[in-house]
Amino acid sequence: MIYSLCLLLILVGLYGVVSSGQTLRIVISLAIVSHGIHLLLLLIGYREGGKSPIQDAGEAASSFAAASVDPIPQALVLTSIVISLGVTALMVALCIRLYERYGTFDVTEIRRLRG
Amino acid sequence: MRPEVHTLIPLFIALPLTVAVLIQLLARRRAALAGGLATLTLAALMLMSLATIGQTAGGEVIYNMGGWKTPIGIDLRMDSLTTLLVVTINTIGLAVVLYALDYMRQFTARPRFYSLFLLMITGMNGVVMTGDLFNLYVFLEISAIASYSLVAFGCEQEELEASFKYIVLGSVSSALILIALALMYGVTGALNMAQVSGRVAAEGMDAPLLLAFGLFVCGFAFKAALVPFHAWLPDAHPAAPAPVSAMLSGVLIKAIGIYVLARLIFNVFGAGPAVLSLLCWLGLLSMVVGGLMALGQQDIKRMFAYSSISQVGFIVLGLGLATPLGLVGALFHLVNHSMFKSLLFLNSGAIEYCTGTRRLEKLGGLNRVMPVTGATSLVGAMSISGIPPFNGFWSKLIIIVACVQAGRYGFALMAVVISVVTLAYQLKVQRSAFFSALPDALRDVKREPRMMALSMILLAVGCVALSFAVLTGFSDPWLVGDAGAVLSSGTFGGQP
Repeated sequence: MIYSLCLLLILVGLYGVVSSGQTLRIVISLAIVSHGIHLLLLLIGYREGGKSPIQDAGEAASSFAAASVDPIPQALVLTSIVISLGVTALMVALCIRLYERYGTFDVTEIRRLRG
Repeated sequence: MRPEVHTLIPLFIALPLTVAVLIQLLARRRAALAGGLATLTLAALMLMSLATIGQTAGGEVIYNMGGWKTPIGIDLRMDSLTTLLVVTINTIGLAVVLYALDYMRQFTARPRFYSLFLLMITGMNGVVMTGDLFNLYVFLEISAIASYSLVAFGCEQEELEASFKYIVLGSVSSALILIALALMYGVTGALNMAQVSGRVAAEGMDAPLLLAFGLFVCGFAFKAALVPFHAWLPDAHPAAPAPVSAMLSGVLIKAIGIYVLARLIFNVFGAGPAVLSLLCWLGLLSMVVGGLMALGQQDIKRMFAYSSISQVGFIVLGLGLATPLGLVGALFHLVNHSMFKSLLFLNSGAIEYCTGTRRLEKLGGLNRVMPVTGATSLVGAMSISGIPPFNGFWSKLIIIVACVQAGRYGFALMAVVISVVTLAYQLKVQRSAFFSALPDALRDVKREPRMMALSMILLAVGCVALSFAVLTGFSDPWLVGDAGAVLSSGTFGGQP
């Protein structure tokens, strides 16, 4: 159920990329897509009632693994957030430059390339 | 004494990454050093990649990052296929950076160019060497972000627009790949390619894994610009500065597109007949659409960009046949294409540098004023269209023979037809840019600068040398045979 909500978020973002006609809105839609994926990744590592994945001194590895949530997706999400931050920053910079050159955010007016 | 591969592996990533940062630190005071530093780095990387040839024969060398063993840490692996790709990336990289020494004089902020270029190399080396799928995603994003910025490097209207298109489609494809990664991790609980491969071999594919596999194929087909997913390439590749176009078309789409597709399909998820015939059809479609679109272009670089789509189609068709001969042909064509396509893009850059235009209708008779560009582009054109003494002939021949052997006569016929189409558009460039009468406007065009000429000559010699490697019975040029064997072995080698 909750997985399908993530999927919904991703699809909403993708719909935004396709349907919105403005550069900045496309950037925001892509951010929504990446948030959806990050939530999905986190959910995969989630365990109901699980504790944080820090092993106490003297705790056996097997009982620790049975009780804690999976730490790997959390590490992946952190990495992925940094990557999407970089991409978003670059995209916003491009939008600003495009605005300087074309004087618009409207993608239907930014089309010198075709064929 | 040759250095051991094990010690070299991390350097392929660490060296360009360090120098990329170093250049930025030095840029304030010694901007002139940037080019030299980048050239030295690439030269070192190329020598290192040559030193790895033959040292992994039949097996693979594993380097555990940070000393952590495989299931916990991330490993870098080097087998024959990786060697092939690493040699290609770093050799073409060196030729391109030599060219850039002269070509980039027309731009400001040159140290940034060299930094981004080295980051792109870092990313590609990382993608082909890593044995961990999430690590692969990270390296893929490193090279992709560097290439987005490099496409926009000129900061003119067209560059910015192309880069924006590229970054949006690139982000969507990266998103598909990330979803696939999440699903795959959820099902298998592993990110290491060898572990996933072992899991798939033991328990087969279930529905979520199949979905993940499909998303991977879509995502990497985007990166490789196979035809339904190709819309960004004809804008992005011509808009970049010529050395970057050479690198994008020559190497990037193969390292982060085709290599990963091949690795995932053949070594990790296993190649079923449905997937293989999908590859064949994608290849055919790319071949035909790319070739026909190239025929109608007046802008040289745009034509070459479409031509890349078409040639990538040949490679994917060879992979899709999945016979040993088809795989060898595909990998050989991959190496050859990176040679002659980067050569052709460097030629088009030289034309633009010297004449200020790349529209075919404004050019003509350049053989008289730019003899080096004329001669090398003739070599490139003959290679790409598969004229016998050049390398492209052999790889296309191998692919076509492999089609016939596999009983796919229709595919063989289409490959021959598209080869003729390739010849047609290359002759169009040759005739209207190099052989016809010299227009008055171009009477006093200067010759191409020295380093640009040197780099183009090197690549042209490479095209001929690869062909002689085949002719003289050195039947296993550049480890292509071994690399093909890695793919047809079916699983990811070594212990899981």
